[in-house]
Amino acid sequence: MAYVAVQEADFEPGAEIARLTEQAGGAGGIGCFIGVVRGEVGNRAITAMTLEHYPGMTERAVRVIAEEAERRWDPCWVRVVHRVGRLTPGEHIVLVLAAAPHREPALAATGFLIDWLKTKAPFWKKEHFADGSTAWVEARAEDAKAAARWG
Amino acid sequence: MLRLLYFAWLRERVGHSEEEVVLPSSVRTVGELMRWLAARDTVHGAAFAKPGLIRAAVNQEFAGPETELSDGDEVAFFPPVTGG
Repeated sequence: MAYVAVQEADFEPGAEIARLTEQAGGAGGIGCFIGVVRGEVGNRAITAMTLEHYPGMTERAVRVIAEEAERRWDPCWVRVVHRVGRLTPGEHIVLVLAAAPHREPALAATGFLIDWLKTKAPFWKKEHFADGSTAWVEARAEDAKAAARWG
Repeated sequence: MLRLLYFAWLRERVGHSEEEVVLPSSVRTVGELMRWLAARDTVHGAAFAKPGLIRAAVNQEFAGPETELSDGDEVAFFPPVTGG
């Protein structure tokens, strides 16, 4: 069963990979995606990013997406940790791990997971700029297109 | 009675994260609720000025404008999601 967590605390990728490896006995590969807070957008320096979520719905939505990946690439073992709250450049935002018997399903499931997380889970990013201004990140058409590839 | 929740810039524009409302019987769907809220006062009117930029959930499931509402529902309004 997929492991999902929505938390303020950071995660340690090596420890998460070790837990998944233990759970996914027999898997031949693990796909990994880690989202990180960028230091600038356009040419504007960012001092922080705030991630807002919808407690309750967010955890449920992430679980639905993780279980969908496990169903599509069965056998597949998924681990998703998504952070919320105030994060600074270089900090982790999200960890997606997918273990499967071979690299193709592991990498495909990883791509699917991050594409759907970006477009189907209730999180909202706000960027804080060096000049003191802030802006809510707008949804990108490319993200919707990437998510649509998976049906 | 409905419980309304707002997130991201919608929460900032409305000025609070949640409120309870009693609907007139003419408001039966998410789309009708959005129009009713927009007409309620200038703050909601400004927040809901561009309904095309607003998404909704009913009882923590994504919901379109045609989704029907029932007494006791939790209805959330927010911009398109930007996680990941």
